[in-house]
Amino acid sequence: MRPDLWRSISLLSSTGAHTRLGRRSLLGLGAALTGGLALGPKQGNAEPSPASPPADAPWSQSIGPGVVDRPYGRPADTETGVIRRNVPWLTAGTESSISFSPLQDLHGIITPNGLFFERYHAGRPDVDPEQHKLMIHGLVERPLLLSMKDIVRFPQVTRIHFIECPANGGMEWRAAQLNSLQFNHGMISCAEWTGVRLSTLLEEVGIKKEAKWVMVEGADGAHMNRSLPLDKCLDDCLVVYAQNGEALRPEQGYPLRLVVPGWEGNVSIKWLRRIKLGDKPWHSREETSKYTDLMPDGTSRGFTWLIDAKSVITFPCPEKPLSDPGLYEIRGLAWTGNGKVKRVDVSTDGGINWQSARLHEPVLSKALTKFTIPWRWDGAPALLESRVIDETGYVQPTIAQLRKQRGTNSVYHNNSIQTWQVKGDGSVFDVQLG
Amino acid sequence: MSSSVKHLALLCAGMVIAAGTFAYGAEPGYYGYGERATPEQIAGWDIDARGEDGVGLPAGRGGVIRGAEVYAEQCAACHGTFGEGEGRFPKLVGGAGTLRDDRPELTVGSYWPFAPTLWDYINRAMPMAAPHTLSADDVYALTAYILNLNDLVPSEFVADRESLPKVKMPNRDNFLWTDPRPDTAAKPCMSACVDPASVKIVSTAEGKNLTPRTTGPLDTMQAK
Repeated sequence: MRPDLWRSISLLSSTGAHTRLGRRSLLGLGAALTGGLALGPKQGNAEPSPASPPADAPWSQSIGPGVVDRPYGRPADTETGVIRRNVPWLTAGTESSISFSPLQDLHGIITPNGLFFERYHAGRPDVDPEQHKLMIHGLVERPLLLSMKDIVRFPQVTRIHFIECPANGGMEWRAAQLNSLQFNHGMISCAEWTGVRLSTLLEEVGIKKEAKWVMVEGADGAHMNRSLPLDKCLDDCLVVYAQNGEALRPEQGYPLRLVVPGWEGNVSIKWLRRIKLGDKPWHSREETSKYTDLMPDGTSRGFTWLIDAKSVITFPCPEKPLSDPGLYEIRGLAWTGNGKVKRVDVSTDGGINWQSARLHEPVLSKALTKFTIPWRWDGAPALLESRVIDETGYVQPTIAQLRKQRGTNSVYHNNSIQTWQVKGDGSVFDVQLG
Repeated sequence: MSSSVKHLALLCAGMVIAAGTFAYGAEPGYYGYGERATPEQIAGWDIDARGEDGVGLPAGRGGVIRGAEVYAEQCAACHGTFGEGEGRFPKLVGGAGTLRDDRPELTVGSYWPFAPTLWDYINRAMPMAAPHTLSADDVYALTAYILNLNDLVPSEFVADRESLPKVKMPNRDNFLWTDPRPDTAAKPCMSACVDPASVKIVSTAEGKNLTPRTTGPLDTMQAK
């Protein structure tokens, strides 16, 4: 770790006041970091491990398996606990349910394909790409049936976008319930998607001028369908067949899915098989009985597609507590359906004082953005929060501000500031502040 | 035309053709990939019925009595004999007047705004283990039965493409179909933003025992 990474970045203290590192302390810090001691566990008097210096490790004195021992690679055996997980008591079964990405063990803005969160309404279909077809019809000049081979021939586009289920954090409207980063925030993932612009396909079939809405439908047993305004479809929607450079995973819609950047994940229809143009929205079950937001006065909001700006500290978190007092790097993710993240502020005192974090490149539109800020923890209890401001000037609200507008029964679109309580022993808990 | 001008014209034409090879067009049929979808192909997949006006509802009809029979066979195991729901499977009935309550009950009767949406959803997604296998008549019959369980239609009601759009659902007019967000206007204050005395933990997940484990094998914890 290089000391210049830390230069000119203000250090947050656990009391919320901040100090700027002087040259002298910087040099000292640099030396400590270069020595690799500052962030690691203290070296105690325990027996040295047989693999630690001065001993040579067994894997350093043997030969390992050769190439194609694992023709399709997989994580190290010691990483088998880093998996998508579900909340078994939440749904009747796993076929119409959700799983959560292990954000506590991820370090970048790209979610590995095997860890991308899942949402099914009729389980994961096993679609044969040879037989799969995309039908485009309705208010069009020339209704089309496209095979996967046809779709791959269209001009290719590659973009990085997050997909978030609008129910992410939905269990926390009433109170802090789940002591976990994974279960409170893991319905978001981000990938590099490759396919064709939806606008290209719509231009190819010819849009009739009465067309204002587009219905998209999946080939799964739920025949999942949603209505989208034509303008959004022509703006930035993608019909994709690849995810992080390889074919889509079955869990993510193999062989073909829609990606609707910045909008609630439910509209990014997986196993996409039909696109129909019409003059009015369809008001399908998924956009009336579900994915509508019930307000305290008994009215509901429909067509609330946008994912508002949101951020969360991914280290420390309940799954990754602190150990000894000392210098840490607070790390997190921010995103907004409005476009780009402009700024992320971090507080260690429950929102009394804030300090702007460093945003890591690339900062992309409608993609996860990584932020970090160094923090010297003195061992005192702390209340950690992050707050994102996006390029439209929108500021991430507190749960109290959201409740004031929407009550506690709206289920979806909880983009409130997450508070992590750090106790004196370094343990971390999900809490809400009054 | 002199020979040199002819050559120039040919050369220009060649350049246009070469440039055209790399151009991306926007006229319908420019790429020419795939096949025209035939009316028969479209008819097989064109299953949607719109909620508000029922456009797309097919021919066919079904009444409450037949609906009760189909329901007992296809639906009751998960949704309960009278739509009361089994376990965590959804209730289909009840909840009238609860939408402003602390614990509202969202069902077909209390929440769904449009009756044709019920036909559309049963047809496309139910029964869960064998979706889209019921006849149009049986889907109409089920729709009639579930509406009747919610006291929204009389027992002699027959559902079809004419009658369903006319059923006025109680919650129909309580949806706002335009998004009013942003509905908060937080200020990005940087220091002394709130009174330290007011910073209090009012809720904690600690000790609630609702969180499945996040290490080791998958958890199987059920509700207490």
